[in-house]
This record gives sequence, C-alpha cells and structure tokens, in this order.
Amino acid sequence: MIAIIDYGVGNLRSVQKAFEKVGHTAVVTSNPKDIDNAKAVVLPGVGAFAKCMNNLNEYGLVDIIYKTIEKGKPFLGICLGMQLLFTESEEFGIHKGLDIIKGKVKRFPDGMKADDDPLKIPHMGWNNLNIKKAAPVLKDVSDSPFVYFVHSYYCMPEDNGVIAASTGYGIEFTSMLWKDNIYATQFHPEKSQEIGLKMLKRFGDLF
Amino acid sequence: MLAKRIIPCLDVKDGRVVKGVSFVNLRDAGDPVEVAKVYDEQGADELVFLDITASHEKRKTIIDVVMRTAEQVFMPLTVGGGIKNLDDIRNLLKAGCDKVSINTTAVENPEFIKEASERFGSQCIVVAIDAKRSQKPEVRSQNNPPGISWEVYTHGGRKPTGIDAVKWAKKMEEYGAGEILLTSMDKDGTKDGYDIELTKAVSEAVTIPVIASGGAGNLEHLYDGLTKGKADAVLAASIFHYKEYTIREAKEFLRKKGVVVRL
Repeated sequence: MIAIIDYGVGNLRSVQKAFEKVGHTAVVTSNPKDIDNAKAVVLPGVGAFAKCMNNLNEYGLVDIIYKTIEKGKPFLGICLGMQLLFTESEEFGIHKGLDIIKGKVKRFPDGMKADDDPLKIPHMGWNNLNIKKAAPVLKDVSDSPFVYFVHSYYCMPEDNGVIAASTGYGIEFTSMLWKDNIYATQFHPEKSQEIGLKMLKRFGDLF
Repeated sequence: MLAKRIIPCLDVKDGRVVKGVSFVNLRDAGDPVEVAKVYDEQGADELVFLDITASHEKRKTIIDVVMRTAEQVFMPLTVGGGIKNLDDIRNLLKAGCDKVSINTTAVENPEFIKEASERFGSQCIVVAIDAKRSQKPEVRSQNNPPGISWEVYTHGGRKPTGIDAVKWAKKMEEYGAGEILLTSMDKDGTKDGYDIELTKAVSEAVTIPVIASGGAGNLEHLYDGLTKGKADAVLAASIFHYKEYTIREAKEFLRKKGVVVRL
C-alpha cells in the first residue's frame, strides 16, 4: 500500500486515482501510523511553501517523513512536495524546508524571453523532460516526453548528481530528482496522462 | 520547450453536456465523462467544464461530474461558472478539479481573488474575462491600440461593468490570478476567428498565461490566436464537438506551421 500524505492542501484525489488506475492501492492519510505502515510514501503539494511547511508541522508529520526516508522506503515528492525537501525557499521571504536535499528553491528570474516574447510565470503547461539519469521510475519512458507543469519556483540542488531530469524554460531547471530511495518531480505525473501514469506505476513497482 | 495548449470546453447543465457534441462511437454524448474520455484519447492538453446550471440546489452535480472524470482522465481539469465562495473552490478541488475559473464574483468582490489565491495558490485561480468592444470614453486604457477598447461584462455576458478589460486583467494579475481566460463576446459563436487585437492587448499587458476564447471556426484561427494574438493556449468548443477536426488534427496542423505542441 502507498500512503499519500494529507496535510490539508491541494487535490489529493487525483494522485490516489492515478495510482489505482495503474493497479496500486493508495490511501490518503494524515495518520503517522498509516504512513509508517505503508510500503511507499508520496508527499504531494500545491500552494505556498511556507503555508505547506506550517501545515506539515501542525499536522505533526515532519518526523514521520524523516523516518520514512531513513528507513529507505520509496518516497515521492510531487511539485511543492519536491520543493519542501530542500533546505530553504525564497517564496515570500526565506523559509526553512525539510533539508533532506541540500539546496534552494528560487523564483524564475524576471524578464526571461523566448524569441523576443517575454516568458509567462507561472510556467504552466506541457514541457519536455531532458533525462539525465536512468532513474528506475523512468524505465520505458521515451526521450524528452511532455509532462504537465504549473509552478513559479524551481529547485536548485547543491549536488548536480541528484538531477534525474531537467527542463528548459528560459533557464534549464531541475524537473526531476533521484537520490537513493527519494524521487521528486516538479511536474504533476498524476496530470500527465499515459506518461505520468507509467511513472507512477514504476514507482509503485519499486517495493 | 513549453507547448502551446489546446483546450476543449464543455458546457455542462445539471450534470449533462449541452449545446450538443457529436462523436462517432460515443455511447452517451450527453455524459461529460464520456466526452472527456474522447478528448483525452485525442490528446487534449486540458479540459474546461463550464457549469451553466441555473439553480444553486443542482450545483453539486458538477462536483459529481468532476469526481467521475478525475477517476478516468488524468489531465488538468478546470471548472467555471457560479463560483461564489472559498467553500465552492475547496469542494471542487477536493473532487479532483485542478483550477477554477471565476468571473462575476471577481468583479463583485476583487478581494475574493486575493483570498482564494492566498488560500489555494495562484496556480488554481483562473480569472475569466468576458469582453466586448466599447465606444464608452470611460472604458479606456493606455495599453489599448488607438481607438479600440473593450468592456468587461459579467453574469454570462448580460451585465456591462464599465471596466476596461486590459486594465482589469492587470489588476487581477496583481491580486493573484494565475491565468486569464479571455472570451471575446463580439466573436463568440461567429466562427470567424478570435479577436486578435483583444487577445494581443491582454497577453502583452500581463505576465501570466492567457487563454484565447470565442470565435474559433477553423484551424487557421487557432494558429492566429497563438501567434498574432500571442495567447499561451486556445479554447474551442464547436470545432471539436462537431468532429470538424480532432484535437490531433489541430495539433498536427499547428506543428507543421512551426508552433510547439504536444503530440
């Protein structure tokens, strides 16, 4: 069973339904025991960094996230759930994250252009993954697939070795990371049609 | 590279698709979930449900539509129509909706857009603007091309507001909107193309994505909206509903003309 951590933000139903679609049982839960008993854990998230971090603390879920990762269980952060893994974010002031991955979360710089037209922020829509590392969840995924993004901030890991895929939008940013049992995607696999479902299936197959 | 998005729109009344959809091999053309599945197979980039249910009591039917769709279709879903408070938004998001589109309530109470984007994040707050060409001297903005301006309408296009559409779009961006869904009332239903001047004026005035809507009658119109109009996405209803073109055909056409699309 996969536990999807519920800490009062965002649309968790889509993540759960996507796992069920590919044959993995998933529960949405804010109970640390359920999370501890799960074979794999997903940290989703949308909205503002500070609010999500506060909610994780208020719901008493921070310790179980550290424990899950230490135990070596497959762990997947999605969108803001990826950003929360980092040391700090500069969204609305500097805020501390979980510091599981060393690095910062930064806003796309102002004034980015493509062919003289300014690039819009949020980065919203379908963009390519440039695969850097053969992460097991990317098995059978063709090169530079389109996946669905919606975000204004991006992750900058200190160690480039954790980057599994990058994406170009004015700059080249980290769109997926993989370090040991930790996977994280800036895009939404649960909204990326077949390609996203394939990744979720592979993630569920890890245990 | 970020692809331009093609977004079919379904008008839903009391849980059923209205205005008609005619696909071959569709068991029930009135069921939004069945139609959503067809668009999913054709490679639509997102899907918009416009809830035109008149009575408040029947509003929960759209929640049911979203829940059933989100079980089968794994792409972004937007719902517009009749959203009045934070609970409406929360209920839709919980059902599996990704974005809500807000029109009348934004004009009546702009602060609502601030509250909603702070609570749920800008990424899920779309402000829908229905705009019509205007000669009124008060509806002017420096961003407009000489001699042209557009007035914002609410209540499904029935009520003029005296607000300049370009200025309004900028204000909504400041208030936290993550995207603008821009419909030309002059062009809507005409099938002779988007209002390119309107689309371009709004798209250049804001730094958030703009979806062009109203008037698409052929594939060239989609191309013009995305290039001359500088829209980030195009919304269309009838050209896809009546199988004049599939989404895939539209994308192949655009790709041949050099537009980045997801195929």
